[in-house]
Amino acid sequence: MKKQKTKKRIYMDYAATTPVDPRVVKTMIPYFTEKFGNPASIHSAGTEAYKALEKARGIFADYLSCDRNEIFFTSSATESNNWALKGVASAYKNKGKKIIVSSVEHDCVLNSAKWLSQNGFEVEHAPVDEFGAVDLEKLEKMITKDTILVSIMHSNNEVGTLQPVEEIGKICKSKGVLFHTDAAQSFGKMPINMKKTNIDLLTASSHKIYGPKGVALLYVRRGVLIDPLLHGGGHERGKRSSTVNVAGIVGFAKALEICVNEMYDEKLRLTKLRDKIIKYILKNISNSHLNGHPKDRLINNVNMRFDFIEGEALMMELDSKGIEVSTVSACASSTLQFSHVLLACGIEEKYAQGTIRISLGRFTKEKDVNYLLEVLPEAVKKMRKISPLNIENWRM
Amino acid sequence: MYTEKVLEYFHKPKNLGKIKNADGVGKVGNLACGDMMYLYIKIKKDGEKDIISDIKFQTFGCVAAIATSSAITEMVKGKTIEEALEISKSDIIESLEGLPPIKIHCSVLATEALAEAIYDYLLDNKKPIPKSLEEKHNTIVKSNEMLAERYEEWIENQEE
Repeated sequence: MKKQKTKKRIYMDYAATTPVDPRVVKTMIPYFTEKFGNPASIHSAGTEAYKALEKARGIFADYLSCDRNEIFFTSSATESNNWALKGVASAYKNKGKKIIVSSVEHDCVLNSAKWLSQNGFEVEHAPVDEFGAVDLEKLEKMITKDTILVSIMHSNNEVGTLQPVEEIGKICKSKGVLFHTDAAQSFGKMPINMKKTNIDLLTASSHKIYGPKGVALLYVRRGVLIDPLLHGGGHERGKRSSTVNVAGIVGFAKALEICVNEMYDEKLRLTKLRDKIIKYILKNISNSHLNGHPKDRLINNVNMRFDFIEGEALMMELDSKGIEVSTVSACASSTLQFSHVLLACGIEEKYAQGTIRISLGRFTKEKDVNYLLEVLPEAVKKMRKISPLNIENWRM
Repeated sequence: MYTEKVLEYFHKPKNLGKIKNADGVGKVGNLACGDMMYLYIKIKKDGEKDIISDIKFQTFGCVAAIATSSAITEMVKGKTIEEALEISKSDIIESLEGLPPIKIHCSVLATEALAEAIYDYLLDNKKPIPKSLEEKHNTIVKSNEMLAERYEEWIENQEE
């Protein structure tokens, strides 16, 4: 029998999700079978689970330099973001009606805000500069007496730009409004210190840091009021009812522990690979551009656009060579809508369809990057050969 | 998810390129939507009949856009222009063993590119244009204008 040649597969879409680290899996396993108790029960099995849960909570509190009682576990970053916006809006509805979100937020923030705007609240979108960073002056002017919450992501999931969270925190504090940040992409990749930064609520997710899917958290600073999204038996100190996902949380905590231990080396390693890719593409592929900030960006994010071609086709061409990346072109989206992030950066829709995001991670090797750089110029060339567009008719 | 047939056409497109001195050219689509197709046809006379003796395409767009353009070129090569105009989006989809629902518009675009190429040929040669083709041409022109307007509108909103 002819042996089937297995296709080479190089995953470069870590911003979408990550594989669970085997060390995390190993830590989780006992919590499915032996230590399966419900932490709400006071018998021995319950106590055992409770202890594991609280130990895990402590790991998050250490990383964030906060109190463990400020950590609330949820099922996803989407839930955490829904809860932050809706829970705060509900708790402070008598104080004011205005909520500010940036124009480059993830859909779960934008759509939660949209829902609030249909239910008696006023939502405004803070503009960003060409790299996707929030314009601080404009943001400050947007905050009025009626504003209760500002929600701006820690770093952008598409273009990788880091937001000036320190400054945003200061502005919010001086204006007396709450500041929520969706840190799904930053969490575990860089230090985040709640003592040094004025962040009142923060979202983080397990599956972005080599932990299991279905677990996330919302940090809520002590004293901040938030109404529950889920009502029930009063778990998580009455704030988030649902039987607690102990195995998932133990895995999430282990995943964070590994990230923290390896943070320094991983930052150096990935930044080097990231910059190698960006530099090589800009130098060797004509009419290619970097999206997002050249320096203030996530350690693992490369977001490039190539003129004359479309992103989904390029992505699938790379996939046929075994490289898995992502794209935000209109063609590739489920609604045929172009990326709201690139639009907000002022990048014209028609000239940015050829955008792909390459996101690196723990299991990306230098040889994988070399292979990408060998294959990508050919892939772009092939797609350009199919396209009727070129330098002559591009900006007609 | 794309069918194997779609991926096959995408990876190994047939009739790719440009025809110099083409008898008809059809250009449809819009950059902002991420799809543009150029179809070039060469016509050979066979008595009273106009036969599409050669056809080539260039496409800016996604996998489905490239696959549908490639597929339609294969389907019409050697056919009379009357037969070619009979080809519907469903015929293309069938030849590709299916398209994701959200990509159906790519197959529509392919039929429009062909219609435009044939229209261009008939117009250039002062031949009678069938009423249905005239109507189709008007719709295509109009929808392209609408897209352009929508785009202008967006630019204006951004500048405000």
